[in-house]
Amino acid sequence: MTVIFAIISVVTLASAVAAVSLRNLVYCALCLTVTFAGLAAFYLQLGVPFAGWAQILVYVGAVAVLVVFAILLTRSGDPVAQPILPGSRSTGLAVAVVIFGLLLAGIHTSRMARRLPSRKPEPSVRSIGTQLMTRYVLPLEAIAMLLTAATIGAALIAMRETGPKRSDGREPASSKTDHAPDHAGGEHTK
Amino acid sequence: MIGDLLQGLAVMIWKVATDQPDPKTDFLAVIPAGIQPVVSAVLSVIPILIVFPSLFALTTLLERKGLGRIQNRLGPNRVGPFGLLQPAADGLKMLTKEDIVPRDADKLLHFLAPVVLLVPTLLAYAVLPFGRNLVPVEIDAGMVFFFAVGASTELSIFMAGWSSRNKYSLLGAMRAISQMISYEIPLIISTVPVIMLTGSLSLVEIVNRQEGFLFGVLPRWHVFTPWGFAGFIIFLIASLAESNRSPFDIPEAESEIIAGHLTEYSGFKYALFFLAEYLGMFAMSGLAVTLFLGGWRAPLPFLGEVPGYMWFLGKLMGLVCVFIWIRGTVPRLRVDQLLNFAWKFLLPLSLINLVTAAVWHFSVGWSFPGALPVRWLICAAMVAAPYAGLGRALTGGGKPTRRTYRFAE
Repeated sequence: MTVIFAIISVVTLASAVAAVSLRNLVYCALCLTVTFAGLAAFYLQLGVPFAGWAQILVYVGAVAVLVVFAILLTRSGDPVAQPILPGSRSTGLAVAVVIFGLLLAGIHTSRMARRLPSRKPEPSVRSIGTQLMTRYVLPLEAIAMLLTAATIGAALIAMRETGPKRSDGREPASSKTDHAPDHAGGEHTK
Repeated sequence: MIGDLLQGLAVMIWKVATDQPDPKTDFLAVIPAGIQPVVSAVLSVIPILIVFPSLFALTTLLERKGLGRIQNRLGPNRVGPFGLLQPAADGLKMLTKEDIVPRDADKLLHFLAPVVLLVPTLLAYAVLPFGRNLVPVEIDAGMVFFFAVGASTELSIFMAGWSSRNKYSLLGAMRAISQMISYEIPLIISTVPVIMLTGSLSLVEIVNRQEGFLFGVLPRWHVFTPWGFAGFIIFLIASLAESNRSPFDIPEAESEIIAGHLTEYSGFKYALFFLAEYLGMFAMSGLAVTLFLGGWRAPLPFLGEVPGYMWFLGKLMGLVCVFIWIRGTVPRLRVDQLLNFAWKFLLPLSLINLVTAAVWHFSVGWSFPGALPVRWLICAAMVAAPYAGLGRALTGGGKPTRRTYRFAE
């Protein structure tokens, strides 16, 4: 059991470190995907198959694809010559160690660490669904509204490229029109 | 020792062939206890690795002959009788071709892309119930597993398109990924009614629920209910789009984009992509058979003696023939038509299908005389009316014109 945990942690941590330190942006995105998959492996090892497979479905299948799409559409994948943020490596390491110590202290002194793992968890999908519909229905609806707002916002941003038709029937110049390039006289007949 | 092993193997194969429960335990008793889990896993995997690539070879031949016949020509008929050895010739050709990698290509990603496509596609077969007792791995959240590994294949298309450093590949990869994520939503939502009405995510449970016959003749498969029929059609269309098959093959069509993200692949890597695409199509068909067509169940009561896996494979090949038929008949969609179709037509229909399934579920208790036809009519109207209305609205209300045929003389 510990061996499996050690292997998954090494893979996850190595890919996370690679995701923040590699120069090639595409490699970073793919290492981040491996990190997501490592987290899913943790969920599976802890005995929650639904959360594990849902992690892969959502993170690897949608979030990673979104990151990759952003790289594709903006063509920013060429490797950078120098690091984006200035600063020495040792300060960064010191800050990371301090934050890790704080988090560790926080977790160890919390109530959850002192509670003994007494009863077996039963995280079946049915129980997750029941909890979502009874006890956590307000966060569920709030998330639904947030997602709807995000979808409408995305559609609005994509639509703004073609404005409304002007009163004399000519469409405003935009990237979507396929008029022939103007000659010197400018004949915008439609 | 060897004799015991061979006898155990023969008994196991006989048990599998005759649909008996628990085929592996007798054979595993002969194996030393330390390596039993490994051997058990290998025994589950080997049949899949033998059957489905052979089906792939058969399907390539079937497709070429079928498309040829639809297009009023013969198809391959030189290699072997009726062209039956054509897949072998194709395989040899792919193996002996030179593996060309562009000089500026990202070598690691270019190499890994076919692997990242093939491995999740093969993983998806682990949860399909092939026969009465033939599930490789029984997972409680089987459907989530299937869609999770299906979603992982989108990254390999990006890797293939990006690493080739080729504008056609990049454009093709962009189109392919946007097509795949657009059609993933109707694909998953069209299966949610099945989960709702079965109450379980496990594929074995879903097949178990489809037992029995209505009036003694009509099997209680989900496809024979209004919501199941609509869900089946939406699932089929979306799975065609997910595996980049015509009429949704704009990402890899030769006349459009010179094979898109596959442009810079030659030889065995191209064969791996090809294999992975067809295996994905088989997996999706297998899921459609499991969810809607009753899995390994026989269509009539007296045919129950035929082993389950024969029915599964038969229904799978039936769906594959339907896919080939669609490929030969329907013209290719343009990319904006494709995306509009997913977001404006399939997605609302699949959401309405959810409501239809809920109405079907809550009207089970009706017991007045004539309840069954009334339920059927209401649910069928809830499925057909949005289809007709949306179809008319989105196509501008055009009427189909009379079709004239011209045959080659």
